[in-house]
Amino acid sequence: MTATAVARVSPLKVFGALLERDFRVARRQLPYFLVRTTLQPLLFVIVFGSLLPKMGFVSHDYTAALLPGILGISLAFASLQSVALPMVADFGFTNEIEDRLLAPVSDKLVALEKVVSGALQGVLSAVFVLPMARLIMGPIDALALSHPLEVLAVTILGSASFSALGLLLGTVIQGQQIGLMFSIIVAPMIMFGCAYYPWTGLNAVPALKYAVLINPLVYVSEGLRAALTPALPHMNMLAVIGALATLTVVFWYLGLGTFRRRAFS
Amino acid sequence: MNETNGIDGMDGIRQSSSDGHPVHPAAPVIQTLALRKVYPAAKGRRRGRGAAPYGAAAAPPPASTKEIVALVGLDLEIRAGEFFGLLGPNGAGKTTTLGILTTRVRLTSGSATVAGAEVGRQDVEVRRRIGVVPQRPNPDRALTVRENLEFHAAYFGIPRSTVAERAQALLDMMGIGDRGDGKVETLSGGQQQRLMIARALMHEPEILFLDEPTVGLDPQARLALWDVLRDLHDKGRTIVMTTHYMEEADRLCERVAIIDRGHLLALDTPARLKEQAPGGTLIELMLDGDAAPAAASAATVSGVARAEAKGDVLRAYAARGGEAIPALIRCAEQAGRGVHDIHLAPPSLETLFISLTGRKLD
Repeated sequence: MTATAVARVSPLKVFGALLERDFRVARRQLPYFLVRTTLQPLLFVIVFGSLLPKMGFVSHDYTAALLPGILGISLAFASLQSVALPMVADFGFTNEIEDRLLAPVSDKLVALEKVVSGALQGVLSAVFVLPMARLIMGPIDALALSHPLEVLAVTILGSASFSALGLLLGTVIQGQQIGLMFSIIVAPMIMFGCAYYPWTGLNAVPALKYAVLINPLVYVSEGLRAALTPALPHMNMLAVIGALATLTVVFWYLGLGTFRRRAFS
Repeated sequence: MNETNGIDGMDGIRQSSSDGHPVHPAAPVIQTLALRKVYPAAKGRRRGRGAAPYGAAAAPPPASTKEIVALVGLDLEIRAGEFFGLLGPNGAGKTTTLGILTTRVRLTSGSATVAGAEVGRQDVEVRRRIGVVPQRPNPDRALTVRENLEFHAAYFGIPRSTVAERAQALLDMMGIGDRGDGKVETLSGGQQQRLMIARALMHEPEILFLDEPTVGLDPQARLALWDVLRDLHDKGRTIVMTTHYMEEADRLCERVAIIDRGHLLALDTPARLKEQAPGGTLIELMLDGDAAPAAASAATVSGVARAEAKGDVLRAYAARGGEAIPALIRCAEQAGRGVHDIHLAPPSLETLFISLTGRKLD
């Protein structure tokens, strides 16, 4: 009996099957998924992008600064959660992922599929939030849809970085610490992610301005600002792309390591 | 029951491997050499990481941060078509052994080959040839019963055209043929465990591994599962099962390895293992009066190691089966007692385990 007796399985096919599984599940849970990932950002849009301007507490121009940030928060939330939450459950108690870990493909492929599927769900969430936010906020003069490729690039890279971060957090954090993850990691990430204000605004507090640079949301918000509302102050697009690509790679390798530590003993 | 598709293909495994070459019935499909597993010392803060090291869940809690030696140089050979049992108490190393053979636990040293592929170096090849049934059912709860099978097949690259029929045939075989489109939660524990077996068989593995498959099942579900396993074995599949139930190993397995604290203590057929058990067969004669007068002469019967009276019952421990029964009946009659019932308790693996380890199994 030799090791080549059984027909080889194409990793690409298996990857496709894994992705199909995630999408069948996501489609089934779509309303729940959208509420979970976009309700909070949309509520923020209602208060800061519609109510406060109407009350006259903030200028209507603020909506231009807010919109890219809201998109960033939505995609960050969606990507991170889509990977991290199932991971915590799988490795913590259900062990459901075992059927995929026992598939005849490299464990790296299983982890990669999770990251890709999470990133796609992040993109989906951004695509859903953009028209909704625009609808709630009313016309935004500074909004320019003339750089679709840049919008797409930042959306995809941003989703990928948060999805990879989800792999890392989901394999490091234990079930009972999930609440803590949102309080200690996600909440500060959102508040200090330049989502509600442009990065240059932090000139007021220089120490903070540089400290936030480890936060991937900063680059997503600034990148979307550069692409969607270029009239506003924003970071250089190349810096954004470079930073997001670097963070994605770093999170991926760290996450793959912790994933393997949980998957195999 | 639809038996036309898929399942039939599983019948021929004992005679030939999947590439058509004849396989000698005694050829080892699994071989381990000096297999050793040491779980690294738990760093205090990493201790409660949720999941304990695979298979070490029930290991005695380490005093502080000591490493756990789960396996101490295990040598095993499992033949094609064999129903093989790994028997031992919790923490014996059974689940670790299974974990290594199914690629989920990294071996520390030694080597293992499964269906011709080397564990640790050809894990993908190993996984393609094995089906694994976990200790606790872990179906994909976001999917339906049927989808669990279909996606599993897809992960193994099985062409879509054959999947639906094979899935239905397996569901039928497991007695859950009408539950395919329901949610997994609607299945009982025993049904979920059978779904796990169906899933493990979807890609027609050469070897089926089961980790304590009947733990937590009610007696009826356990018997139903035993029937399924016997049936699979009759059709020629190699089955490797861990258990800490003596009866289960005895009833199902052709050969049993008794493991304790990472050591292999004994390995043989259940019958021969039981012969090694001290005391042998217990013969009980129910008499129509006090058994005491018969006990003294019963103890002198050839082959009887010990005889005693317990009320109207005459008990004799004989080295070999029921050969001593006629002589024992004569002893009773000579003492003026009639025999109205005889009970024979064959030697059990339980007694052997106690004699090997000095401890009970549970």
